[in-house]
Amino acid sequence: MAEMQVHGRVFRYGKDVNTDLIIPARYLNIIDVKEQATHTMEDLDPEFPRKVRPGDIVVAEENYGCGSSREEAPLMLKTCGVSAVVAKSFARIFFRNAINIGLPVFESAAAVDAAQAGDELEIDTASGLIRNLTKGQTYQAAPLPEFIQGIIRAGGLVEYVRARVGAK
Amino acid sequence: MPRTITEKILAAHAGRDAVKPGDIITVKVDLVLVNDITGLIADREFRKMGVTKVFDPTKIAIVLDHFVPAKDMASAEQSRISRRFAQEFGIVNFYDVGRAGIEHALLPEQGLVAPGELIIGADSHTVTYGGIGAFSTGVGGTDAAAAMALGETWLRVPETLKFVFQGKLGKWITGKDLVLYTIGQIGVEGARYKAMEFTGEAIQDLSVEGRLTMCNMAIEAGGKSGIVPPDEKTLEYVRPRVRREFKVYQSDPDARYEQVFEWDVTGLEPQVSLPHLPSNAVPVSKVGDVKIDQSVIGSCTNGRIEDLRVAAAILKGQRVHPDVRLIVIPATQDVYKQAMHEGLFDVFVDAGGAVSAPTCGPCLGGYMGILAAGERAISTTNRNFVGRMGDRSSEVYLASPAVAAASAIAGRIVGPEEVL
Ligand code: SF4
Repeated sequence: MAEMQVHGRVFRYGKDVNTDLIIPARYLNIIDVKEQATHTMEDLDPEFPRKVRPGDIVVAEENYGCGSSREEAPLMLKTCGVSAVVAKSFARIFFRNAINIGLPVFESAAAVDAAQAGDELEIDTASGLIRNLTKGQTYQAAPLPEFIQGIIRAGGLVEYVRARVGAK
Repeated sequence: MPRTITEKILAAHAGRDAVKPGDIITVKVDLVLVNDITGLIADREFRKMGVTKVFDPTKIAIVLDHFVPAKDMASAEQSRISRRFAQEFGIVNFYDVGRAGIEHALLPEQGLVAPGELIIGADSHTVTYGGIGAFSTGVGGTDAAAAMALGETWLRVPETLKFVFQGKLGKWITGKDLVLYTIGQIGVEGARYKAMEFTGEAIQDLSVEGRLTMCNMAIEAGGKSGIVPPDEKTLEYVRPRVRREFKVYQSDPDARYEQVFEWDVTGLEPQVSLPHLPSNAVPVSKVGDVKIDQSVIGSCTNGRIEDLRVAAAILKGQRVHPDVRLIVIPATQDVYKQAMHEGLFDVFVDAGGAVSAPTCGPCLGGYMGILAAGERAISTTNRNFVGRMGDRSSEVYLASPAVAAASAIAGRIVGPEEVL
């Protein structure tokens, strides 16, 4: 989450997008992350892996990332170049995993309601300010708790632990 | 301040007198769990953390269960990474093929989890151990790696939803029916971020296994954890298995709950969750005429000995419908052996069913019973998402072992009464 500003096109989805849809279990034994990421979202949107470009933003309704604890879900999105996910709400393990691996996630019902596929969004990841450039509207996402911001500031959970144990 | 059982366990592990919902706390963990899939990420991230040893090699469990016995070369490689990790860091509770089983059935059975303990696992169904009065929740592989390094993790103290089940359960009604009913009532995000506390007369009447089944599916309502406050039955189950001190917590009678649901479950019918969400629960009589191609009895939800006994009681002397494949998967080696001794395998095999070694297998569309395009299964597992058990046009209906066994005989989804 080092980037303060992310910018990209909207891929728009509905509610309860589960982690089996984000990356089906049948691909979980692929050890090469890049190869694995070519299957991202394919059961929900077969075009996604081909169409997604670095910076693009996934926008979805309630309960994004429900289901399995697989960390591959946010990791695949990040590997595909997705720069942030904006949803009305997140399932808790997905939310945690996204923070831990450095994929910015934001909750804003208003931003989700207004966003259409292909809209251009710009997000200030520190303040949670979401700008829909296509619609000319601005939304404020709920701020993250201080403890979580600490993990983000450290650069993710791995860096956080490294700092805690005093690793060089 | 009066507190819930969940708040008490969390406070004890945070080294505080009390915690309240919404607090972000750092807690000591009694056990960290990873499996053959999540072990991969845990291994990779752990090695980046700049530590040379795990916090306590006796407080980590590595269970190979999802794609084992190795279903292909990629899975073989994946298992090898966890095996190497276990060796290198001296992990005491390492469970490999032939000595293992599905993690969430295995850990309570082997006494690796106890009432009042705090367990995190890199698998969403880690919530299962609430069935014996522990706080347990699922995290990702990196979280598990951090906990293996530090012996602690951070959590947000959840609000608790209390579910009171009054009344008497019918003959074939199990924990699975109660939890499917619950998810049907509150939806797949009805308990998002929250603890679900299951109480009431019907819960007291349930076996510990049935309670484990219920807590197992708390995650299917979005729950952070599920819990059944311990009673005599819990202690009877735990005492012969756990060889260390543990502490039993109870909710205070005037504890604060975000919401209380109270249902009389007398006369409740067996429940079936239609594709493609666990919340699509309906009574079996309302399912309609749904033909099936496969019936799966197993998983961390319903692969325990009690589940296999129920299935065998219905299948005894009967034949699996010619158009149906019945696949029975005991959840652990101990369950396997017990079922074998009790002659349950004879029943399944004589009926025309296949019995497999313990594995997650078809539950997550791994192997050992994958569905082709358009095929339909009834399954005792916990998820019926699109593509969960195979092709994305296949369908999974969730139910208890009794319904799965009866449906295997009938060739369509029916309750046990229809085949007996
Ligand atoms: S049986 Fe299914 S739900 Fe349980 S741990 Fe295995 S894959 Fe997960």
